[in-house]
Amino acid sequence: MTGLNNSRAASPDAITVTVAGLTRAFGDFRAVDGIDLSVLKGEVFGFLGPNGAGKSTTIRMLCGLLLPSAGSGTVGGFDIMTQTEEIKKNIGYMSQRFSLYDDLTVEENIDFFSGIYGVSGDKREERKEWVLSMAGIAGRRKVITRTMASGFKQRLALGCAVIHEPSIIFLDEPTSGVDPISRRRFWDLIYEMSSRGTTVFVTTHYLDEAEYCDRLALIYRGKIIAEGRPGTMKKEYMAKEVIEVAVGNVVEALEVLGREGFDVALFGNVIHATVDGAASAQPGIQKALEGAGITSTSIRTVRPSLEDVFVSLIEVS
Amino acid sequence: MDDRPAIKTDSLTKAFGNVEALRGITMEVRKGELFGLVGPDGAGKSTLMRLLTAVMEPTSGDAWVASHPIRQGSEAIKEKIAYMPQRFGLYEDLTVMENLVFYADIFDVPKDVRPQRMERLLGFSNLTPFTDRLAGQLSGGMKQKLGLACALIHTPEILFLDEPTNGVDPVSRRDFWKILYELLKEGVTIFVSTSYLDEAERCTHIGLIYEGRLLEKDTPATIKLKHAAPMIEVWCENARSAMEALKGNEKITTIGIYGDRLHIELKDGNFIPAVIGALSEKGGLVKEYREITPSIEDIFFDMINAETAIGDRERS
Repeated sequence: MTGLNNSRAASPDAITVTVAGLTRAFGDFRAVDGIDLSVLKGEVFGFLGPNGAGKSTTIRMLCGLLLPSAGSGTVGGFDIMTQTEEIKKNIGYMSQRFSLYDDLTVEENIDFFSGIYGVSGDKREERKEWVLSMAGIAGRRKVITRTMASGFKQRLALGCAVIHEPSIIFLDEPTSGVDPISRRRFWDLIYEMSSRGTTVFVTTHYLDEAEYCDRLALIYRGKIIAEGRPGTMKKEYMAKEVIEVAVGNVVEALEVLGREGFDVALFGNVIHATVDGAASAQPGIQKALEGAGITSTSIRTVRPSLEDVFVSLIEVS
Repeated sequence: MDDRPAIKTDSLTKAFGNVEALRGITMEVRKGELFGLVGPDGAGKSTLMRLLTAVMEPTSGDAWVASHPIRQGSEAIKEKIAYMPQRFGLYEDLTVMENLVFYADIFDVPKDVRPQRMERLLGFSNLTPFTDRLAGQLSGGMKQKLGLACALIHTPEILFLDEPTNGVDPVSRRDFWKILYELLKEGVTIFVSTSYLDEAERCTHIGLIYEGRLLEKDTPATIKLKHAAPMIEVWCENARSAMEALKGNEKITTIGIYGDRLHIELKDGNFIPAVIGALSEKGGLVKEYREITPSIEDIFFDMINAETAIGDRERS
């Protein structure tokens, strides 16, 4: 049972990650430019942004892997400037590359991470069995990691990253390049961990996954440009309305509407037109299509998806 | 006009040791199709692409690409195609322009057509302002677009793209698809593998591959028609708990979660009020619902689940 979004007390001691003015410069380029964030215990916090916006740099600072140029903050109660060693011991971190040893067996990888995090004795065996069953790879302990499909590798990497039962786990694009079935399974695991009180800080490019987070922050060019619960973000940050156009030939329709000055994009196999007012724009869309001899199957106003919100926020910035 | 298919395969099989990565793929891709190959990790997508681009030899069966047999015609094929593997070989310590020049040299692009072609490729990939930037300093989305520009430096008849939008943000993904449609309009046949099923919906034809076998190859519309089932899309306050609330409901075949929405397949179209009732009862969670046709993603899940069930029965 996934008990997310239930009332979580927002008392100060429920905050597990908090930073203020966090900045990281590389030369004169500010990869992260004075961001403020706070994450509550047990929350699934989604950190979104285009490639190169500063997501991974932020995560590396929060994990004690990279020293900030300026700013202050704590992670799990430890200072990000002075207590990076303690932070590393008390969190889990899964990078985009899964950080597994490809030429080791599944079991050897688990043992290796147990060793690093000082998990020993009976606990070690217990945790190993937990990882194997959680990842659904109990029958594959002697398999060389390289030969496994990425869905398995990804779950093994998650298991290894939380072998020491950290209270916070940072996941940097954990589902990138993983098929939809494995992605759904992975999110089930995230929920399970969150429901047991683990805080999950996750980045993703899949905006449908962002919907599963308790709260989101959108970073662009090193600054936080929007923040809130998924539902709130759709209401607060989307001043425009979205019209969905279903036609046989989307390529042609896309061109026609673009030429008429509509802000259009493909969304699955339908077109989303982002407009100021749906009621006044709809006849124009209809007319443009008819003028070009395109028959539409349906034109209707739809709830904006997080992808619409995300793209429109970035275009405005 | 030559109406031979762009790609034709006949019982194409590839084994690595005793693992059969592809088990007899027979299919055709017509000229001008935008063909999307979808399937879970390890299904054989990259292997099929490597065989068709003549990077690798099949174990048995045969295939023709641009009318050349893949077994003997590897050089002839390479002239007709462009191939962008998952990790395109960009030189990170060369600039954007230097990478383009490098690939132009490799593909023997005549010097006199280069300036015009490069200008066009840089233009549609929005890389014009970055020609002097080192490839290693580009963002992920920009790297993908540079990879595509390099692959297209010669004019291919067929373009092969292996999961080109993995790890690419939604804004860059939209740009990338615009480029593909431009190419399609120019008559290039495109063969693309993807794990984004919303992208698969945009292809003119789709192939579903699972455990080395092609389960289906048709237009998205025909596939949807063939697998039509009563389905509702429901917006809920909390999609995850709503899904839990419906577990074990005997009026339902499957439930899929899509962000804040659920796709619920019903055993019978008449069950809609009962299912909505059951949902509302357990917390008044329903914001809105409507009847829909199952999406390619829904169908894909159903098919894979069915295949897995058969596999389990066979094993036990």
